[in-house]
Amino acid sequence: MPDRDRAFVVFDGVQKSYDGVSLVVKNLNLEIARGEFLTMLGPSGSGKTTCLMMLAGFEVATHGDISLGGQPINNIPPHRRGIGMVFQNYALFPHMTIAENLAFPLQVRRMGRAEVEEKVQRALEMVQMGGSEFAGRRPAQLSGGQQQRVALARALVFEPDLVLMDEPLGALDKQLREHMQYEIKHLHERLGVTVVYVTHDQSEALTMSDRIAVFNDGVIQQLAPPEDLYERPENAFVAQFIGENNKLDGTVESISGSEARIRLDGAGEIGAMAINCGAAGSRTMLSIRPERVLIAESSAPNRLDGRVVELIYLGDHIRCRMEVAGRDDFVVKIPNSAKHSVLKVGETTPIGWLTDDCRALDAA
Amino acid sequence: MRLRTFLAAGAVVSAAMAGAAQAQDMTIVSWGGAYSASQMNAYHKPYMEMNPGLNIINDESGAEAVAKLRAMAEAGNTTWDVVDVVASDAIRLCDEGLALEIDPDAMLAPAPDGTPASKDFGDFLVTPCFIPQIVYSTTFGYRTDMVGDTPPKDVCAVFDLETYPGKRSLEKRPINNMEWALMCDGVAMEDIYDMLATEEGQARAFAKLDTIKDQVVWWSAGADTPQLLADGEVVIGSTYNGRLFKLIEEDKQPVAMLWDGQVFDLDGWIIPANLSEERKERALHYIRFATDTQRLADQAKYISYGPARASSAPLVGKHATLGIDMAPHMPNEPTNMSNTLLYNYEFWADYRDDIDAKFQTWLAK
Amino acid sequence: MQRGMMANGENATGLILAADGRPLKQSLARALRLQKLRALALIAPLLIFILVTFAAPIADMLFRSVENSIVPDTLPLTVQALADWDETSGEPPGEAVFVALHQDLLAAVAAKAHTRVGSRLNYEKTGLASLLRKTGRRVKRMAEDGNLAAQFAKIHKDWVNPEIWAVIKRFSGNYTSGYFLNSIDTRLGADGIEAKPENERIYIFLFERTLLLSVAITVACLLIGYPVAFLLATLPMRTSNVLMILVLLPFWTSLLVRTSAWKVLLQQQGVINDTLVFLGLIADDARLAMINNQTGTIIAMTHILLPFMILPLYSVMRTIPPSYMRAARSLGATDWTAFWRVYFPQSVPGIGAGAILVFILAIGYYITPELVGGTSGTFISNRIAYHISSSLNWGLAAALGVILLVVVLLLYWLYDKIIGIDNVKLG
Repeated sequence: MPDRDRAFVVFDGVQKSYDGVSLVVKNLNLEIARGEFLTMLGPSGSGKTTCLMMLAGFEVATHGDISLGGQPINNIPPHRRGIGMVFQNYALFPHMTIAENLAFPLQVRRMGRAEVEEKVQRALEMVQMGGSEFAGRRPAQLSGGQQQRVALARALVFEPDLVLMDEPLGALDKQLREHMQYEIKHLHERLGVTVVYVTHDQSEALTMSDRIAVFNDGVIQQLAPPEDLYERPENAFVAQFIGENNKLDGTVESISGSEARIRLDGAGEIGAMAINCGAAGSRTMLSIRPERVLIAESSAPNRLDGRVVELIYLGDHIRCRMEVAGRDDFVVKIPNSAKHSVLKVGETTPIGWLTDDCRALDAA
Repeated sequence: MRLRTFLAAGAVVSAAMAGAAQAQDMTIVSWGGAYSASQMNAYHKPYMEMNPGLNIINDESGAEAVAKLRAMAEAGNTTWDVVDVVASDAIRLCDEGLALEIDPDAMLAPAPDGTPASKDFGDFLVTPCFIPQIVYSTTFGYRTDMVGDTPPKDVCAVFDLETYPGKRSLEKRPINNMEWALMCDGVAMEDIYDMLATEEGQARAFAKLDTIKDQVVWWSAGADTPQLLADGEVVIGSTYNGRLFKLIEEDKQPVAMLWDGQVFDLDGWIIPANLSEERKERALHYIRFATDTQRLADQAKYISYGPARASSAPLVGKHATLGIDMAPHMPNEPTNMSNTLLYNYEFWADYRDDIDAKFQTWLAK
Repeated sequence: MQRGMMANGENATGLILAADGRPLKQSLARALRLQKLRALALIAPLLIFILVTFAAPIADMLFRSVENSIVPDTLPLTVQALADWDETSGEPPGEAVFVALHQDLLAAVAAKAHTRVGSRLNYEKTGLASLLRKTGRRVKRMAEDGNLAAQFAKIHKDWVNPEIWAVIKRFSGNYTSGYFLNSIDTRLGADGIEAKPENERIYIFLFERTLLLSVAITVACLLIGYPVAFLLATLPMRTSNVLMILVLLPFWTSLLVRTSAWKVLLQQQGVINDTLVFLGLIADDARLAMINNQTGTIIAMTHILLPFMILPLYSVMRTIPPSYMRAARSLGATDWTAFWRVYFPQSVPGIGAGAILVFILAIGYYITPELVGGTSGTFISNRIAYHISSSLNWGLAAALGVILLVVVLLLYWLYDKIIGIDNVKLG
């Protein structure tokens, strides 16, 4: 984690309320390093977009300070913050051509005509739109993906140090979205620009980000690199929100070191990593990723019986829904490898997992 | 291109549909306000009492009566039975063949002493289609509190900006104003219309009006001048004498009447031409009642306009609610008639368009 | 397309054929014909309604601007006889014309048409109305003794005035340009078209004034309406709906009541002047003249027409997402630049629609100018209304109306050329 002095963007105790009754953002503290790709991820209404708007200057923080490059920016109007921004629906000016759209931020900075033309051309090339046929068109004459590239080019053309993106890929179809994710990621790597990216799509966040801040209810639930977030969720919300998760409810029996013994509500007692589960006697939620569940392997330490409820063939793996410890939403992913076990619906089979893969979290 | 056949066909259909339901309705068109009320009290109510089953519908579109009558006639569907118009409009409607020609002695009631209607109305029968009803005048009223110790005595006060500074209101048309201008420019009463028939005479009248042009508020609705006087917007202004009567006697405003230079005009009935025989008979029956000697005298109880029959004058009594003697407030009361003009229908029928064009040009520049 | 289908569907000339061998185009047209007929049947009631109640009356009214059949219809023999008369001779026509006139008038009096032709001709030459009325009363008593010219002259000396006869001859056709010439301050004289004397030239002046004041009213509506529409469009829906009621409030009060209210406010002894005098801003003897002149017309009309500017502006502005302004500002534009270069161009369709609406409504307004315009604030429509309802010169009213219509269409065309009619959006 970058320390406060080197941080490029700092949220310090920021709160935001629209109605004076409830807080949309509750005490936000966040530091973003120069050159970092940070994603704010969360369900709608979690406060992530409000944070972005405060950073851009379109919303005023009710309390707390935001600083950029060491300077507090609370009182600096948006147009003097020098932050590039890509909007959800691109916000390309419909009455201007593509070239005019790109020239706009340069013209308002009173750049010379020749310089403007050169930079516009370079920006278009940067997003693979350098062909002469695009510059003269209106936004409405472009496809969604092309508009997306232009919006990106426009946010970058004046070479800002910080670029904000507000669900920029939301309007694209799945294939194009995935393609654009890589393109944005490569652009970021090439330009070294700092990016703050807002999305509610976790796979987008996992693909692109250096770090992800998971928002819920106006609070950052966890701020971590993608692999940490997936493999080491720190609370029940993150475990549930990121990726697929099996949960089992239980009570803490005892804790020794980093491990805990948990009595499941359905049946049996198993071991888990004590991450966020409180002292003995408190309720907890166990989190096990579906691909970490072992089937019919006698070596597994935490063994339970599972009854197969449903089998879905998905090509590279088979998705098996089971009834485990009184819950029938327990999912196991069985790789479609040469020696995978053959199961039948209704059959009962022993399952298990490594203690390291099972995390005891707060009972949400 | 002609649509008349088409419109007529439509009219026949709608008339046929309306006809059955409204067999006993009679539409009488008048000017509205206190004037219509006076007709309601003096004519319509007693007539409806005498003829149960007949219903008089009072239509208040008198201001557009001429144009509407013409449009109705062209569409072949005249829905009006009796129309109240000023004499000059009656002449035009008669000229256009839109009004029924009347034989006064056969169709109108004689005076109580047996004098035939043609004699009783006398000169007021200005066109064969016109049944005179009232004599009204266009004259001036002034604010008594804005003229100092020298209240105006004659109409030329209007042109005297030195003694009577302030705005004055005149009607936005040449009729009357041209006459007053010449009168106050020293032209003898009997020479006025000969003078107005010439370019020089017209120029002279405009020159006189020029002297007060920037102090004039021009009115086009009868209610304008009373309001302007009541608000103190003008010191003196022309309007109909009945409006001034109401302003002075009923509303008790500090305004006085200037009878000098009043211009008489006539208002009366016409019956649209081409009514069905049945409707024509009904209209004539009503007219015979409404224009008899007593009825005309009765109307003067409600409004200060003079009855058009000579035989009605002695019967004029007191105002119905104010209880004051109405005779002194009649424009044709002898003491009010020292210096008067009668609207010259013949002259204005010819010169109206010509002088009006010049008047509007003069106004605009 | 497969090769086999190509071979089947195409004949030697390269025309594509349908399955039954007809050309595909023809086949398609047949298939669509029923659909088109059904669509036509659906709009037929409205179409007929518009034709009957709107297009036809207007066409009829416009036709009156050139129609003159009353003269040849009422005086057919006279018109025929006059053909041989030389109007430049300086002499009245011969006995034959008077015989014809006598015949015509006898028939006309019986049909009560002589006064109508008199009214028509009086528009061109003052005095003809009473001349024909007077003559009509006596024509029955005339004797066909070969000396009708003298008998007519006895009724009125104008009957031997060649000028009178020249006018009758000039306006004896079934169609006339007289009304149009009159509308542009000219007339048909002895030597063709000539300008009217200076003291009768009014219509061109009024057209100019109407256009000028309408432009002023449109600009005033735009200046006042734009910020209001902007506010309405940017406020939350609930607040803006309440404020919208205020904008629409003028529609709910009668035009006359509103205009009278302006009188009370604006007159010299009115509320505004009283307040200014009370505050000592103006002297009691120098009260502002804000009514019965152009100022009055502009103020009152701007008020009345304001909703017609605000509504299209509002509906266009509502569709401009706030993200455009934000984008512009994030790209470095100040609030003003963002507004002027990004927001304003997108609101132009609303401006166009509002301006056209207000301008066209203003150009045809007559009640308000009549009531508060005095002499310097009246419009051409006031003259049209006067000729329709008061002077009954419907031909002239129609001609003025045609010219007004043409001017509006011309301006519309000009607008299309300069700004483009696509750039008009009512919502």
